[in-house]
Amino acid sequence: MTPEDEVIRKRQRDRARIMALLLVAFVVLLYFITIAKTGMNW
Amino acid sequence: MPALEMTNSAALPADWRDFLALTKPRVMSLVVFTGLAGMLAAPELPPLVLGFTAILCIALGAGACGALNQWYEADIDAKMRRTAKRPLPAGRMERQSALHFGVGLSFFSVLLMGLAANWLSAALLAGSILFYVIIYTVWLKPRTPQNIVIGGAAGSFPPLIGWVAGTGHFTALPLLLFAIIFLWTPPHFWALSLFVRSDYANAGIPMLPVVAGVESTRRQIFLYSLPMAAAAIAPWPLGLAGPIYGICAAILSLVFVALAARVLTNRAADPAGMGPEKHLFAFSVFYLFALFTVLVADRWLVS
Repeated sequence: MTPEDEVIRKRQRDRARIMALLLVAFVVLLYFITIAKTGMNW
Repeated sequence: MPALEMTNSAALPADWRDFLALTKPRVMSLVVFTGLAGMLAAPELPPLVLGFTAILCIALGAGACGALNQWYEADIDAKMRRTAKRPLPAGRMERQSALHFGVGLSFFSVLLMGLAANWLSAALLAGSILFYVIIYTVWLKPRTPQNIVIGGAAGSFPPLIGWVAGTGHFTALPLLLFAIIFLWTPPHFWALSLFVRSDYANAGIPMLPVVAGVESTRRQIFLYSLPMAAAAIAPWPLGLAGPIYGICAAILSLVFVALAARVLTNRAADPAGMGPEKHLFAFSVFYLFALFTVLVADRWLVS
């Protein structure tokens, strides 16, 4: 693997990790939004 | 690997930190703060998670504005010292990526706001994003020295959105908060543009000091600080805020006007002699933070 490939792989890995974290956070947020909304009987 | 980054940086996938930089986090902090203050100053509060989501949406909307602004102004940013190291002019990201990121963030923030809070606040958020990107960035900024005056409306939306997200409607106080930021924006930005005048001139942006000159800008700064101070104090005599807010707003506004008067009497044409302008710019940021903090403190201490 060339140094350039290594940099590309590292950036792709970092971005995939951040995306995974954000998606998990979004799912948790949606869960609590649903609880709050249904609790408010809107 | 600096040599590699210098030669191939545009072809590499952009670093996630550069996407974060696109959102202008420092500007976002003031937007989030004023949005939160608008929500906390309202007579009723939303459930914690919905309030948090609404503020998150305001932050994401502001981030989208930052990204779309940098996408559109990449060429201009490259000509200004202050902005040349941003991801696009520095060649660390492809322009298309910034566009996709900004548009995606805009839709996401508006939809989430509508689902979590209410569709009126979502419409206001959409309106503020469109106003900032189309009216200010694309239309006014490159064309008229009044760009900051009219464009300032975009930055005035957050407390209104925060209030509406919590209550579902708006009254006189959030409109006054809108007016305060609207009138605060010109003296704040013109103070900055005075001491970075050459940057704007090099980039061909018709900021007031470039087009009308330094003296005229100083006069305008002082003139705008007067209605701004009146709008800031107004909630007290109108019965919309208590004496804690009224007295603090009066003192803060008095200091602001005094600093604006120092700017008015300054005769320096060189940025090195623009101490009063730098002081006013620094104080203007503190002023807005302090004003909205005492508004919330007044609301919670009085009630």
